[in-house]
This record gives sequence, C-alpha cells and structure tokens, in this order.
Amino acid sequence: MRRFALISLTALALSAMPALAQVTAITGGRVLTGTSVIENGTVVISGGRIVSVGTGAAPAGARVIDARGKVVTPGFVAVDSGLGLTEISSVEGSEDQSNGANTISASFDVSYGLDPWSIAIPVARLGGITRAIVVPNHPGGSGGHQHQDDSDFAGAGSGGFQTPGLFAGTASVIHLAAGTDILVQPRVAMVAPFGEAGAGVAGGARGAEFTLFKETLAEVRLYARNKAAYDRAALRDLSISRADLEALIPVADGSMPLIVTVHRAADIQQVLRLGREEGVKLILDGAEEGWLVAADIAAADVPVLLNPISNLPGDLETRAARMENAAALNAAGVVIAIKGNEGSVHRAREARYNAGNAVSHGLPFEAAIAALTVNPARIFGMAGQFGELRAGAAADVVVWSGDPLEPLSSVTAAFINGQEQSLTSRQILLRDRYRNGGRQAGGMPVAYGN
Amino acid sequence: MIRHALRGSSLAVVACALALSACATTDTDAPPAADGSSSGGASTDRAMARGLDASTNLDPYPSTYQPLPRDNVAIVGGTVLTGTDQRIENGVVLMSDGKVEAVGPASTPVPAGYRVVDARGRFVTPGVIDVHSHLGVYPSPGVSGMSDGNEATSPNTAQVWAEHSIWPQDPGFNTARAGGVTTLQILPGSANLFGGRSVTVRNIPSITMQGMKFPGAPYGVKMACGENPSRVYGGRNQSPATGMGNVAGYRAAFIAAQDYRDKWDKWRETGEGSPPTRNLQNETLAGVLDGSILVQNHCYRADEMMVMLDIANEFGYRVTAFHHAIEAYKIAPQLAAAGVCADMWTGWWGFKMEALDAVEENAALVDAAEGGCAVIHSDDAQLTQRLNQEVAAALAAGRRAGLNISEEHAISWITSNAARSIGIGDETGALTPGLRGDVVIWSANPFSVYARADQVFIDGALTFDRFDPRYQPVSDFELGQPGFGIAAANIVPGAR
Repeated sequence: MRRFALISLTALALSAMPALAQVTAITGGRVLTGTSVIENGTVVISGGRIVSVGTGAAPAGARVIDARGKVVTPGFVAVDSGLGLTEISSVEGSEDQSNGANTISASFDVSYGLDPWSIAIPVARLGGITRAIVVPNHPGGSGGHQHQDDSDFAGAGSGGFQTPGLFAGTASVIHLAAGTDILVQPRVAMVAPFGEAGAGVAGGARGAEFTLFKETLAEVRLYARNKAAYDRAALRDLSISRADLEALIPVADGSMPLIVTVHRAADIQQVLRLGREEGVKLILDGAEEGWLVAADIAAADVPVLLNPISNLPGDLETRAARMENAAALNAAGVVIAIKGNEGSVHRAREARYNAGNAVSHGLPFEAAIAALTVNPARIFGMAGQFGELRAGAAADVVVWSGDPLEPLSSVTAAFINGQEQSLTSRQILLRDRYRNGGRQAGGMPVAYGN
Repeated sequence: MIRHALRGSSLAVVACALALSACATTDTDAPPAADGSSSGGASTDRAMARGLDASTNLDPYPSTYQPLPRDNVAIVGGTVLTGTDQRIENGVVLMSDGKVEAVGPASTPVPAGYRVVDARGRFVTPGVIDVHSHLGVYPSPGVSGMSDGNEATSPNTAQVWAEHSIWPQDPGFNTARAGGVTTLQILPGSANLFGGRSVTVRNIPSITMQGMKFPGAPYGVKMACGENPSRVYGGRNQSPATGMGNVAGYRAAFIAAQDYRDKWDKWRETGEGSPPTRNLQNETLAGVLDGSILVQNHCYRADEMMVMLDIANEFGYRVTAFHHAIEAYKIAPQLAAAGVCADMWTGWWGFKMEALDAVEENAALVDAAEGGCAVIHSDDAQLTQRLNQEVAAALAAGRRAGLNISEEHAISWITSNAARSIGIGDETGALTPGLRGDVVIWSANPFSVYARADQVFIDGALTFDRFDPRYQPVSDFELGQPGFGIAAANIVPGAR
C-alpha cells in the first residue's frame, strides 16, 4: 500500500525526474524484439533498462502505456552515420566528420566533435532511431554522396585525395536521448576506404593501396614491439605519426574491427584476402556488388553495412548493384545492417523505408528488423547491450502506430535509456508556426507567436 | 499585335509536334510558314539562310516518338485512384488506341476483343510523372565524360538545351520505369541563373533522344535562385556572388531578351534594315516572355520565391513552378494565388543553409491552401524510383498535422498536379477519357513501402512487366557488365 503510493508519486513527477525507480510497462502491442515476435506483448522497463519482455500483465503500480493495435520495437540503430557530427552538410565548420591532416588519420577520434544539441538528432528520433554508430568520413570521398547541387558541378566522379592517410579515423557509438552527453563508447572501429577512393591515397592504383596497407601494419607492429626504442628515436623512420601508430595497434592485433568502405565485387574479394593475410577483423561498408561474392563474405564471417536501395551504377565500381543485394547476402548467411540515406545524418530517418524496400525485394521482414536493431549491436560487439528488447538491455523502446517500415506509420512514443523522449523537433516547431497559412490572429507576424 | 504574332508562332510548335508524322516528314527545303500573321510580314519576302530565322523552323529537333505496339486493354477489379480525387473500388479502366477510353465501376462494360488484365487485389493509378529529373544528363555511371548536366561556364546559358546532353542509354530510365515513372522533365543543373531549356520525355527505351521526346510538350527554362549560382560564380570572383547579384542577372537577361524580341518584331513588321542575328540565349528568354516556354525555377527560400514572382511581374511573364521549394509552406497562400506549383521533396533537408527549414508537411500545407498545387519530385535517380513512397511520407506528415488528406487526392502530387507543373495536364496525369493511356498497376496500395509497380503502360502499350522478362528492358550499357545475366538468391537476370 505504501509502496503503491510512492510509485504513483513518482509517476506524477515523471517529467521532472525521468527514469528513476519508475517502472513503465508497454502493454498489448505487437512486440518485435529484434529476434522474435510476441503478439499482445508486455515490455517492462525500469532504471533505464529493460526488465522483462513477455506476455504477462503489467507489474502493479507501473505506468502503463497502452500499445494495443500498435507495434513495439527496439530503437533503431543508424550505422555509417554522421549524427551529432554534421549539422549543415555544406557549411564548413559545422562538419566534423572528415579530417584532412595527414598526421591525424587513424588517430582521428570523432567522439570529441559530438554535439548533443544537434538539430538533426530529434529529427532522427522521430524516425525511430535511438542510437547510432557514427563514423569519420575519408576526405578522399568515401562518405555519403553529396547532392549534386552541392558539388561544384564536376559530376559524380571520384573525389580529390587531399590526404595521404589510409584511414579515416575511429567510429563511436552514441545514443540519441535528449541531454548533455550522447557518447556511449568511443573508438569502436577503424574506418578505411578501399577501391577507387582508397587507391587514390596510395597513388592511384588499387594494388598499391594493399601494399601500403601491409607496410603500414608492419610499421605498427614494429612500433608496438619497440615503443621504448621509438621514444628514444632508436627505431628506423616510420611513415605515419606516433598518434596514428598507436591508434592502429588494436587493428593490427585484430581486437578492433576495421570498417572497409568497398563497392566492387573484385575489391571485396581482395579485402577479404587482406583480412585473412593480416589477421584483421573486417566489417564491409557499401558492398553494392556483394551478392556476386556472397558465399565468400559469409565464409569469412564478415558482416556488411549496406544501403539496399543502391541499385544503379553510380560509377564503374557498382555496375552489378541490385535491389536484391540485401536479400541475397542475408540468404547467404551474412549479418547485415541497413543504412539510412546520404550518410545517415539528416536522412537517417529513412533507414526504415530502406529496410521496407529490401523486404519488397526479397529480404524477410524479421531480417529487416534485425538489420536495424540487433545486427548493428552484434556487428560492433555490443550484443545484448542495446538494439534488442530483452532483459538487461538498455531501454531503447519505440512504439509505432503501425508497421515501422511503412511511411504511413509514425512513432507514438520513444524511450532511450528508459527516458521518454519528446516527439518534437525544430521542423515540428516550424510546421506549427506556419500551419495556418503564415498568419496569426491579430495580424501580427508569426515571429510573435511563440 | 506583334506579340500575338509571336505567340502564334509558338503555338505552331505545338501544332507541329502534335501532328508528328506530318512534321517529321516535311521537306525541310521548303519549311512551312509559321502561321498567317507572321508570314504576312517581310520575312517571307526576304529569304534568310537556313537556321537564321527561328520562325521558319520552330521544331528543329523534332520528336520521333512512336508508341510501342499495343492492344486495347481492360484493367478490371483493381482499386482505381484516378488522379482527379476519385477512388473506385473494383474499378474498370479501358484503354483503346493508346488513350484512356473509360473509367468506371465494375459494371462498366468491357468491349469484345480487349485484352483483360486482372487487377483484383491491386491498385491502378495514372503513370507517375517526375517533374525534376536529371536522367540522361547526369546518368549512371556518373563518371568522368558522362557528366553533362551543368554548362557551368556562364551565369546565363539559356541557349543550351538539356535534350542535347541526354544519353538515352542511362540505365536509370529503366529503373525509374520499374517504379512507375512514365513521363519525366529532364532539366539542366542549377549552377547558373539560367541553366538552359528543359525537355519532357516519354519514358521508353530509345536509341535517340528524339525518340523519347514528348510530342507537343512545352519547353521549360531552368532558372536557379540562391546559393548555387552565387557560390559557383562568386567562387570565380565574378557576378553573381550574392543574392542581389542573382537578381540583377535575371533582370539584365530579360531586358536583353525584350530588346531582342522587339528587334525581330520590328524587322518582321517593316522589313527595313538587316535582320537581327539569331541569338539562342535570347530566343529562349523571348519564349518565356511570350508564354511558350515555362519557367521552372529552382528556388528554396520563401523570401526568394516572392522576389522571383515580382521579377516575373516586372517583365510580364509567369512562373510555372518553383522546384525544391523547401519553404513553400511559409507562403502557401501566395503561391496558390499566383497559380504557381511548388515541386518538393518530403525527406530531404539540411544539406545546405537554404535547405534548413524543410518540413515533412510541406506538400500537405501547400496543398491545403485554396487552389494550391503541390508536387513531389525527385532530382535523383534513386528517389524517382519511389516517388509513391515519398508521397506516402508527405501524406502521413500532413495527417499528423491534422490535415484530412485522402489517398485518392495525394496521388495527384505525382500525377495530375505534376502534369500541370510542366504544362501537359491536357495530355496525361489522370485516368480521364481522352488522355494518354499512361497507367501503373501496383501490387498493393502505392502508399505502402511494399508496393511494387507490376505493370506500366505508356500510351496504352505495356512497357514494363515485373513478372515477364520480355518487358524488362536492358540498356546497351548494361549488356555484359559485371553481374549481367547472373541469377543468385533473390536476384533474377535483367532487373536491377
């Protein structure tokens, strides 16, 4: 009795003190856990974590969110994203994703550039995204493509290669909860481009990049074995900076995965070979022609971050691009994660539509949900911590008005780390300001209407 | 009077194009007089060398488009969204001689001899029209040597025509058709204040650009506001470097065009002196002034759109559509009052400052204004394949904002409104008897992410069939390329 009163009090104070000992139960919905489906399920969250997922009744005293007729999913995880790093793509100085200095390439750590107040984050949240793997972009042009109106109209050909660095830097995991700290874990993976973009780094030819890569790892290993000598300047000259050498040690010893942006089937094969020869743990990014070598990718147990709607040969590296790439890789046993569009910053919210299009081209629905939730967590070594509705995982839970992959569906409630998120954004504020034809009662400009 | 004569000439372009076969086979050694009023002047008395008097050959790159082989078709049993706000469950769509013949309920009689297509459980809509495409001019592959969309050499390149950059083998035409796109306006890029003429094409495989040209469709001129021209030319330390430089550039161009037009008019009227030297740049802008060439204006910001409307008023022309009209929702009543269409994305934003204030509800808010003309466009070889989904996202946003929008209305944003936005509303864009038989049969409700275009008809001819490899065209470029002809899990040869 006394306990009940206390919980009620906490519930009343929800907006002021989110996610203390509050227990929230989301009941009656179709629950997609990331690995299974529970009809009329109950998801209980407390203390920022998921307490239980099942079919039982809500715990006594819990705040109940009625999800009857709705769908409940883990929050989606944006991969290959620039959320929190890029504000306005074309505005230099608001873009902290790529670094052109050749002494800070592998050691470029994007986490220091994160902005929890980015206006792109609430927009992504409204697309059901609650976490992101944020990545550095290689200055040579490996990142999300630019809208052609943003380029200087040279066309969509290969970019300039301003840096001799092989590596773009390290990726971080972030969450998208409103607040002052979004960093979950820095330095979860290294990023490097191969294919055309990578070849440019080494001098223009693909073969040269592989040689340079091997030589670089040899230097890293030499450095790792002889740090004291290096510090005494008693080691032969090495071609990259000390910071970059240090950052690459976990790549060279296979403990940090290397995200390789690569498109052409032939290049994928060579990257897999390089991984075998050097003992590097790989994650493929792009892999538009992956279906041609799906068995090889599966045999190497290498996961793939892909955009399933990339079906046109934007260049000569993607001539075999097909809408069914996601389905084919999944069928071959490859673990895939589905990306949003244009670098998953402003259009990160479209990841769910991309997943839906993969489904209409042969990917099983459950696999598409997994590719937005549990697979990214698995790929980055954080299985069970997020991306899944199961006891113990972070309480990133989204309630949808219907099928989350459908454009006609929308988010009706979202929790990140157990905190209920406001379903607004700068865009919603603009909409509301102008929804009545740009005028407000009394004849005053809308600018007075706040 | 003189302006009327010029307008008459422009109408003759349309007449010539519509009577396609006659024009195409006309002996060009004896070009037909444009019309009575202009041939009554001095120009016929004082023959000029070929190509120097625009009025003697109003359609120098004529369409050779021929519809593909076709039957009379009856599509029965589907849910029909007509493009004119009508929804017919279990409907019948009849096409004969390439035209929509009748649209009605299940009781509509199907004449003998019609090929009957069972659309039960499926949806039937007008063919999708993408009013903003760079297919062919920025083709796939977008490699060096294939980037032909921006003549970024001068702020005013009204003299260039997008059709002269189109590579018909762009595989993007085929993937667009597989997404239901039957008509496209191909535009030059937006580096310049005046990027050049647009062209509207039928989306059929063709060896030549002329084989795709939409007979009778008016030309547009691509104009661009804002960041792109001022960045491109300001970056070269030349004008325009600012928004005010942009506006000075538009005004100077229309002053020159008026002068050019007046010189030709005077010469045609009096025959005195030497004829003016033909100037392709001014010729395009004179077409804007006489209303025969439609202004298709890339313009993101509300304040800039309102300035563009004033410029149009200053020089006496109309703006037909603002493209990428990110802030159209801020001036929806004004756009509706001016009769200007707003061509928009739903989800694109944040890629530059002028795209900062995008809202997903843009189309719905433009549409909500009395007389508003909302259009969803792509500007992108990927998005053009899924314009139906982009409409769905816009529709959902509008409903969340409290607007009551039906699916049968929202489909107009990529059909009838789109047709209006490029001046072909009397040709296509709706399932209305007499219009072209441009029809898509969708596997499911087209506002679902899972819907696929099953069959696509253009002028009554089947041009794409998702289940029949004989109707899945492959461009020359794609032949023998990596992956060609290979079947794998879920992947069939031919289709992308």
